[in-house]
Amino acid sequence: MTKYIKTFMRYRYLLMNFIERDIKVKYRRSVLGLLWSVLNPLLMMAVISTVFSTVMRISVANFHLYYLTAAVVYNFISEATNGAMTSVFTSGAIMKKVYIPKYIFPLEKVLFSFVNMLFSLIAVLIVIIITMVVNPGSVSFSWTMLLFPIPLIMALIFSFGLGLLLAAATVFFRDIMHLYGVFLTAWMYATPIIWDMASMQNPLILTIMKFNPMYYYVTFFRDVMIYNRVPSIPFMLAGLACAVVMLLIGLAVFKKKQDMFVLYM
Amino acid sequence: MGDYAVEVNNVTMRFNLATQKVDSLKEYVIKLFKKQLFFKEFLAVNDVSFKVKKGEVFGLIGLNGSGKSTLLKMIAGVYKPSKGSIRTEGVIAPMIELGAGFDMELTARENIYLNGSVLGFSKQFINSVFDEIVEFTELAPFLDVPMKNYSSGMVARVGFAISTVTKPDILIVDEILAVGDFLFQQKCEARINQLMERGTTVIIVSHSIEQIERLCDRVAWLEKGKLKMIGECQEVCDIYKNSGRTE
Repeated sequence: MTKYIKTFMRYRYLLMNFIERDIKVKYRRSVLGLLWSVLNPLLMMAVISTVFSTVMRISVANFHLYYLTAAVVYNFISEATNGAMTSVFTSGAIMKKVYIPKYIFPLEKVLFSFVNMLFSLIAVLIVIIITMVVNPGSVSFSWTMLLFPIPLIMALIFSFGLGLLLAAATVFFRDIMHLYGVFLTAWMYATPIIWDMASMQNPLILTIMKFNPMYYYVTFFRDVMIYNRVPSIPFMLAGLACAVVMLLIGLAVFKKKQDMFVLYM
Repeated sequence: MGDYAVEVNNVTMRFNLATQKVDSLKEYVIKLFKKQLFFKEFLAVNDVSFKVKKGEVFGLIGLNGSGKSTLLKMIAGVYKPSKGSIRTEGVIAPMIELGAGFDMELTARENIYLNGSVLGFSKQFINSVFDEIVEFTELAPFLDVPMKNYSSGMVARVGFAISTVTKPDILIVDEILAVGDFLFQQKCEARINQLMERGTTVIIVSHSIEQIERLCDRVAWLEKGKLKMIGECQEVCDIYKNSGRTE
């Protein structure tokens, strides 16, 4: 164990450097740069809430916030796992030349997405403030908001676990990369992001939700941010359990397969 | 461990000669049913053992495809041996390919930090040796130019300067002294000599037999993945050079 921590400490500066490089490369030659991490969710929210409040006639109060709080969490998990999935096999060139602990690559992508997500929290805050001004009484500041890191860190652990699993599997089967995009779309619709959980009566769907990790993180974050309430203890523990189990599975598979990676690049 | 910096014990490296690469799940299932999944195996390194003493300069020679580079990569930790074990003691500076981990979009300045961190250096350490690195490369005017605009010789200079700025316990050098002009090659050799005096163990692969003769204490000769001969530098090199004539 101490050996692992020692190696990690040795490469932590590399991790930071990789994240910095990713941010630099992502916003290179764009005028607004990092501001896009704030603007993007805002613009998406404008599109979705316009469609759903005029065309689809959804009855959730403050639907734009209902969507935005969930979308921030969903986008993080989707971006982080997607990035982690491709991170290992695209790093073949460097892996064949020097020894670097291989989990650094998926970890870096997950943390990079996490940093991006932290910027989009600014968008959430802006929209909450605007809503408070325009429509007083519909949302308010509350101490529950201070709990926001808990669902996000659970999502981070979950994403790292899933990312490790996907990264290891994709080295051997590139198909997963193509399939996962479809899966993510399905996952989005299987989570109450654009539809209302409160009005859902179908017992089958309610059961499915219990096995949907994304549901826990999305609901947790939304509850503390706009509904001023804290989910029940069993609910929170279920979310945590999903994250920890996923992490353990991911680590076990990755560790078992990592010595084979260079042979399949 | 004691006196030895590197111990290679009965190491074998097996590659699957993927004549047809199975990249998709569908192909995999089809091949599985047709029982074509058994690849032809290829032993790049076959049951090789040797020990390298601390402070020794050890050369690996052999023809193309004899397994030299694979062996070096195993010592550097890039490959894990299929059989056998490798034990190393101390910090390894691999120079298997210079500039591993350079991002050509970034400038040389940024890459020195990036590559330094790939080798496991801390930021403070790189800060403290930054000027020394730049001085060695003689590329100060080009420091803020993206490295994609560098020539291969310039890239090699930066890579060599970074890898040797620390005092590694083991330095692994794979055929890299072939790049760069003769002045720079002399400079590199001087640097390696300097490291050796400070007690670094060096393992060199080179096709330049003169270079091996000039630098090495002991030499191992690999042929088709097997250890053909190991011994004093001059002795092995003489036989190696003569082997080409008799065949």
